Amino acid sequence: MTGAPTTSDRPAGPGAPEAPAPAGPAGSGRLARALVYVAGRLTTAAVSLAAVVAAGFFLFRILPGDPVRAMTEGREVSAEQREELRRQFGLDRSPAEQFLDYAAGLLRLDLGTSFQYREPVAELILDRLGPTLLLAGTGTVVAAALGLFLGARAGWRPGGRGDRVNTAVALFFWSVPTFWLGLLLIVVLASGRGFVPDLFPTGGMVDPDATGPWEVALSTARHMVLPVATMVAVIYAQYLMIMRSSLMDEKGADYLTTARAKGLRDSLVRRRHAVPNALLPTVTLVFLNLGQVVSGVILVETVFSWPGLGQLFYSGLRVPDLGLVQGLFVVFAASVILMNLLADLVYPLLDPRVRP
Amino acid sequence: MSILPARRPSPHPADGARPRRAPVGAPARRAAATGAALLLLAGTGPAPAAADGAGADTMTIAVSQQVDSFNPFTAQLAVTTNILRHVYDSLVTVDPESNEPAPALAEEWESSDDGLTWTFHLRDDVAFTDGEPLTADDVVWTFTTIMENEAAAIASGNYVAGFESVTAEDDHTVVVRLDEPQATMTSLDVPIVPRHVWEPVLEEEGDAFAEYSNEVFPLVGSGPFVLTEHERGRHITLEANPDHWRGAPGLDRVVLRYYSEKDAAVEALRSGEVSFVYELTDAQATSLEGTDDIAVNIAEGKRFQAFTINPGAETQDGEAFGDGHPALSDLTLRQAIVMAIDNEEIVDKAHNGQAVAAGGYIPPRYEDFHWSPEGAEATLAFDPGAANAMLDEAGYERGEDGVRVSPEGDRLSLRLHAHVDRPDNVQAALVMVERLADIGIEVENNTVDPGVLSDALHEGEYDLIFTGWTVNPDPDYVFSIHTCGALPVEPGTMQGDAYFCDEEYDELYEAQLAEYDRGARVELVHELQEVLYTEAVVNVLAYPNILEAYRTDHVTGLQVQPDPGGNIWGQDGYWAWWSAEPAAPGEAAASSGPSTGVLWAVGGGAALLVLVGALVLVVRRATAGDRE
Repeated sequence: MTGAPTTSDRPAGPGAPEAPAPAGPAGSGRLARALVYVAGRLTTAAVSLAAVVAAGFFLFRILPGDPVRAMTEGREVSAEQREELRRQFGLDRSPAEQFLDYAAGLLRLDLGTSFQYREPVAELILDRLGPTLLLAGTGTVVAAALGLFLGARAGWRPGGRGDRVNTAVALFFWSVPTFWLGLLLIVVLASGRGFVPDLFPTGGMVDPDATGPWEVALSTARHMVLPVATMVAVIYAQYLMIMRSSLMDEKGADYLTTARAKGLRDSLVRRRHAVPNALLPTVTLVFLNLGQVVSGVILVETVFSWPGLGQLFYSGLRVPDLGLVQGLFVVFAASVILMNLLADLVYPLLDPRVRP
Repeated sequence: MSILPARRPSPHPADGARPRRAPVGAPARRAAATGAALLLLAGTGPAPAAADGAGADTMTIAVSQQVDSFNPFTAQLAVTTNILRHVYDSLVTVDPESNEPAPALAEEWESSDDGLTWTFHLRDDVAFTDGEPLTADDVVWTFTTIMENEAAAIASGNYVAGFESVTAEDDHTVVVRLDEPQATMTSLDVPIVPRHVWEPVLEEEGDAFAEYSNEVFPLVGSGPFVLTEHERGRHITLEANPDHWRGAPGLDRVVLRYYSEKDAAVEALRSGEVSFVYELTDAQATSLEGTDDIAVNIAEGKRFQAFTINPGAETQDGEAFGDGHPALSDLTLRQAIVMAIDNEEIVDKAHNGQAVAAGGYIPPRYEDFHWSPEGAEATLAFDPGAANAMLDEAGYERGEDGVRVSPEGDRLSLRLHAHVDRPDNVQAALVMVERLADIGIEVENNTVDPGVLSDALHEGEYDLIFTGWTVNPDPDYVFSIHTCGALPVEPGTMQGDAYFCDEEYDELYEAQLAEYDRGARVELVHELQEVLYTEAVVNVLAYPNILEAYRTDHVTGLQVQPDPGGNIWGQDGYWAWWSAEPAAPGEAAASSGPSTGVLWAVGGGAALLVLVGALVLVVRRATAGDRE
């Protein structure tokens, strides 16, 4: 993650818009410029998406291995049975035909059928979207809040003891392998080998025999603690670092001198004046992360057996279940593109300095 | 995301439209798109609680493989075929102790003198779980559907390939007529389904039958368990069928819970959240040994681990393809390669001793079919000195770098392909590189993705390659893949895994398939293995043990197969789950249910603390200005 701005007038974040058009007459001219800007962004997003669909289709077809062979491996099947599977998956037709079929399906919002689950990909994804959003959403919100809060403190007194400790701890967790950290938490807090036996469950999202909404909610909350903790520990550093550097940029600004001159307490100067401005570049980062939220929890989901999209993608890659990985690829890519687009559209509203 | 599945019949029914599937789960599940996971979960009612409260006498199994389909005509993955074995009976099962065919739906059976007609006499006390009796009509319909409908033949088509007709003589007599005699008639692993349930389904689904997932719970079957619930990626629930003709199972319920990571599943066994884990690694099994209330079961393997040597890939018409090393068509060189490798060393280094060094093709758990080269038969036993002498004599001279060159002038530098996802293969490959260097053969070790390996094999672009099969109680199939008929029609369509083709072998294969006398067939199967051994194309290294573990405070009395020394998961039949009894009735799964209030409080309390802390902070800040 890069994107720490180096100048205070223009954030150079990944979602930073291009240079504004030359200023024309105010009023209708501004509206026209805004419309041109929005239209440009929408076009870019649409073109990216089309490219992703085509690339994804052919990319997964050059994966080594043969889905039918992989699915029937170790099973006692005859040549006829394999032929029949090939026919069902449409693998007996030319790649061009398959692609046209696939593209036509996408226009009808039909993502095709999974080979191994024999279910429409869209249904499989919808089934798993909820759990992933719940886990990743909670993790992102907590990590962002924690990272921004600590980052603001660290950046206010760079080089101080608090800064050094905070940064060191964050970077330590940032570099810890997710998998290892998750398993460690399971061993210490779930398997009964830690201080408190069976404090948390070892995996899954909800107890199979939980009944009623209240019990289900409680059970889910209990199952969420460890995966969310793992996710937060690993990603909060990026929020901390970006907040820290953008606050350091704001520190020397004239308006802070003014605020101090008014006799405001130091912490008020930080909270009311410096932080709001420093938050702007981090907004882009949050949006970009939201795009990755859907796909970025694969490891956490795997360690904690969380029934989400990450788990699904992993099971599809092994076959390769072309129908499924293609569909997931499109959904992941589309969510990143969509969030980028949102960041582009929202940013000018937040930061007057970059309005077209 | 606005990607919605077409749930109503599509407005374009002409081409490519997906016909409607049977609804899965509660309608509330459809709300998942909103991401309101908590609400949606509340909407799906869990399994009905047992009479004496939740979690009574349950065995919980940790699984990782996803469900492909519960449609017995199309289900292929191990987890689903295992489950379906408990839901639908078959005609004949496999005895838990001897691994020989044993009565199930069919009490007895006989074949005609010419071997082309088989008559199965069914029990008359079998009913489906909806109360309808199971008759010959159901059996006939099941087999005929597989024979006539390609989509219904995906799972079991190979069993009926040689059937001419299946008819019902009366309500309890089924007659099968064959094109050719086949000894595998007593091991037809075909689930018998209720015709009155499936015939309407088949008509309604038509061409889309292959996509029908049979998630209409509770499933109507005749087996000892009833499938009542499936939450994809979360759990699968089976309830006991108290009216099963063999007797009611000892447990009330079997739950399969999903753990995508085996290490996490092992921790869940420690904490008591699951009762049983299978397919453990050696390290996991070792770490569990000696733990209170946990028993580790080490069973004789069903699999063999082998490597094959490319003898020169050819199509059925004898057209050569691929780029295998030309010298490997020489039997002497192939035999020398086998003699250079010590299977005991492979067992120690690649399997940490958790395997049996291999002799023949069939693992020793199948006592009668297993063949092991003894004494004078053991012509290819580990003997690097003899291997070197053979190669010297055959004109493979060592070059200056110690690597031999074939009489045709090709340097003996061979590629070895190993599965990167099988630790035992990776280790065995390292051993083989060293041992082959001892006899002047240089090996380029390719540890690759299974897909890459499969492509190399089917394109004939390999020299030495790893393979392995799980062998069933009837060994016919694993022999059929080495007949000349299994060679590819065109490159890439091979049925087998070795490009092996030998006339004598084919004759023996046909003979054993037509031999109904078990003793005589065993002899033929031994001879087949001797041919494979001597030809040194398919070379078995080891039979890895099966490692599993269960909680003795949850379940007891699990019937292993074979007995003694057998496995629990993945049996040929339903012996283990059917025979299992709760260890302490009513307490077995206490730990897998919602925990005590204390634990809830701890979990919830932590969250509450965070909230309160945040609130205090916010309030403090809001009033900070006033406090100045």
